[in-house]
Amino acid sequence: MKRVFAIVAVLMFAAIFFGLVRGYSERQTRSPLAEYYLTQVPRELGAPNVVTGILITYRGFDTLGEVAVLFMVAASVGVLLASKSGENTQVTNAASIDESEPSELVRTGAEVILPLIFLFGAYVIMNGHLSAGGGFQGGAVVASGVMLLMLASPATQLHHGFLSVTESLAGVLYVSIGILGIVFADGFLDSHILPLGTFGTLLSAGAIPLISALLGIKVGAELSVVIDRFRR
Amino acid sequence: MGLPVSQILLVTGFCLILIGLAGIFVHRNILRIIIGFSLIDTGIHVVMVATGYVTGGTAPIIDAALDKANAATNAVDPIPSALVVTAIVIGFSVTAIMLSFAIRLYDARKTLDIDAFTESKW
Repeated sequence: MKRVFAIVAVLMFAAIFFGLVRGYSERQTRSPLAEYYLTQVPRELGAPNVVTGILITYRGFDTLGEVAVLFMVAASVGVLLASKSGENTQVTNAASIDESEPSELVRTGAEVILPLIFLFGAYVIMNGHLSAGGGFQGGAVVASGVMLLMLASPATQLHHGFLSVTESLAGVLYVSIGILGIVFADGFLDSHILPLGTFGTLLSAGAIPLISALLGIKVGAELSVVIDRFRR
Repeated sequence: MGLPVSQILLVTGFCLILIGLAGIFVHRNILRIIIGFSLIDTGIHVVMVATGYVTGGTAPIIDAALDKANAATNAVDPIPSALVVTAIVIGFSVTAIMLSFAIRLYDARKTLDIDAFTESKW
């Protein structure tokens, strides 16, 4: 009986979606807002990547909120999972680590590609305003490297104090840059507090690379903490 | 010429959403239900990106393939892409919270079968 209801519900959704796809015709023109962004981001902000320009400057406040959401997730995952760590995890932890030594393939592979992953993460973070990438993406790449590190050597302990200090520092600097934007430029998180530089070079587009780097550090630290919390 | 690109993307995204929904309805294991939610998430992201595609458009990044003067006429709509970044972050957050609740539920009942949790069932 339940199966029948499930199938009926899925079929009804399928009918709705089918109607949507049938009625959709590919867009031929851009909206005025999109055209504004496409012309103004390179001209006004000096950033070749329009998406990064929108994310970090025009929707900067929203990005700050996203980072706040990530921080709350790291905190609440900690609260949910850490409350019973004092009781019996020490014993099970030691036992499970002994049983599941990673294979030589994983360990050696990690030694070779871990530096490359971290380097690639840093590259993606720093080139966010030039090519596809940015703080969030690069931070996720760095955190995936941390995950590989944990798989390859389960005994590694992340230094939570260091990570939270780094993360808080990045957050404080991010908000301070925003406030500097109010003082020296046109508003909160305005990237014109630094000179625009030469279009298309690494250090250009005002404060966007700086904000991008801070975002990358913050996201990388937060995701690493979340991944580490799930490991018992 | 066949199907337009955005139509293919839309169909893919909606199919992912349907697969996720079916997974949520059919499976009783909490982890599989969470995987269903992730699939719905991914499908919605694909659909959102698909709605930003403009015929013949290229990535909204100024480089050798797209110069400043032609940006407004040759690039795809950058706004859905920017919104999807937000959606991905929120989706990740929701998944992380769901997984940690799953761990707590397993600690409480030693099972991940959703039928074992009857307190809030109506």
